[in-house]
Amino acid sequence: MEFKLTFKEYNEALKQNKLLGLKCSCGRVSSSPRMVCPACGSTDLQVVELKGKGKIMTFTSIFVVPEGREPECPYVIALVDLDEGAAIMGNLSSVDPNKVSTDLIGKKVKMSGNAVFAGDKYSAGEIARPLFSLES
Amino acid sequence: MRKVVALGVGMTKFSGKQDKTAVELLTEAAMDAINESNIKPKDIQAMFIGNALSDFCEGQGQPHAFAADALGIAGIPANRYEGACASGSAAARDAYLWVASGYYDIVLAGGTETAAKMGTPLATRTFAMFSDSRYEYASGLTFPGVFGMLTNLYSTRYGIPMEKLKRQLAQVSVNSHYYGARNPKAQFQKEISIEDVFNGIMVAYPLQLLDCCPFTDGAAAVVFASEEKAKKLTNKPVSVVGIGQSSAGNLASQKEYLPRLRAREIASKQAYDMAGVKPQDIDVIELHDCFSTATLIALESLGFFEFGKAAEAVEKGKTKIGGKIAVNPSGGLKAKGHPIGATGVAQVYEIARQLRGECGERQVEGAKYGMTDTLGGDGGTIVNLILKKG
Repeated sequence: MEFKLTFKEYNEALKQNKLLGLKCSCGRVSSSPRMVCPACGSTDLQVVELKGKGKIMTFTSIFVVPEGREPECPYVIALVDLDEGAAIMGNLSSVDPNKVSTDLIGKKVKMSGNAVFAGDKYSAGEIARPLFSLES
Repeated sequence: MRKVVALGVGMTKFSGKQDKTAVELLTEAAMDAINESNIKPKDIQAMFIGNALSDFCEGQGQPHAFAADALGIAGIPANRYEGACASGSAAARDAYLWVASGYYDIVLAGGTETAAKMGTPLATRTFAMFSDSRYEYASGLTFPGVFGMLTNLYSTRYGIPMEKLKRQLAQVSVNSHYYGARNPKAQFQKEISIEDVFNGIMVAYPLQLLDCCPFTDGAAAVVFASEEKAKKLTNKPVSVVGIGQSSAGNLASQKEYLPRLRAREIASKQAYDMAGVKPQDIDVIELHDCFSTATLIALESLGFFEFGKAAEAVEKGKTKIGGKIAVNPSGGLKAKGHPIGATGVAQVYEIARQLRGECGERQVEGAKYGMTDTLGGDGGTIVNLILKKG
């Protein structure tokens, strides 16, 4: 049985600022692709476009980075609770990594675009992730 | 399922970069465990080895096979387990199962890692491989980052202001170093203060350097035997009485549970139920303190304290020897060190010796039940073992 949504399809869409997810016939929405609904066990999943709006569930600022990510340092990562019910990880582009606090948690954000990790010798190619900014 | 005894245990010194290879370290720990078991290498019927990264550390695959050959027992089945930082525990659990099932009588579980050899940039990169490489690493996620996020969530969820939580977290590291200073095999045998923690560089907000465990080279091993075989070999038996293991997907997929790690709650319940004990019966635990916050999350998920109350318990000394539950008398991952594939087996090493009463000034007096808790990745693999004196 094949995936309804593969990483490649998800990734190519994200590069075009389209955030794809899966919606089960039971109503459960997932962000990263999966074969089976975690809520009800069904494989009746449909590809949907997510609006990219939600709230910051949690965050961190990274100051010690992995090999190959040095030019990006420092940066803020957020786990965003999307309005559709799924969570997703991305970067928070409108916040100074040196001035973060837990006040960020619960703040409304929207996807403002994407950034592409160009890949390294371990990653098998480019990988996009969503960029979020605080809603004013 | 029949009763299984942890016979001899072995562990190398844990430290920063060592001259010895992962295979050499594993073989030395294994030989010590074999000697302490009063058996010969040829009595080992199979080897189960935790190792996560020797491909990256040394360009070495199959360390288990080369260690078997070095022990003179090439020919036996030998397997490698990769469950990130819980690799060694996953190996130990399967080793237990093979003896409990009656298929083998005597097996060796071990673990080895030479992560310090990689240096911080490559080690940070390879450890990040245990997060979701497609959907979460692209954002630049690191392991301190995972626990930085869980710390911020913990602070908010339980209403503990960050300034207060940071002091409580620092006390976790201070405790680890206190015991590490009393463990001759620990990587850091030096006490630290809360101020030392606050003076460290910021790694991943709000976690500073001394909130984080180090990269470590080291190995550990344990021989498991059927009760019948063990009777003739030891007069200080330690039995494995409970096992549990669970898995989870990426952090986003765990949304409903965070900062709790549900996999740990599933695994520990299996272990408690099998052993027929409750958290209050456990005298000593070696738990997965990869970051200071990880200790709090573990203490709560394992049932030692209510959710949101572990930080206060640490501050009041309830996790020290003589407190409600003796936590990480070895110094834990923080001070003893964290050679990831070896960590779970090193936890068994400490618990076995605690239950035998061999730990000197860090001995938990009269300990009858001991537990191990090992976390792989951000919840992808969690293993709990419960051991009993006798």
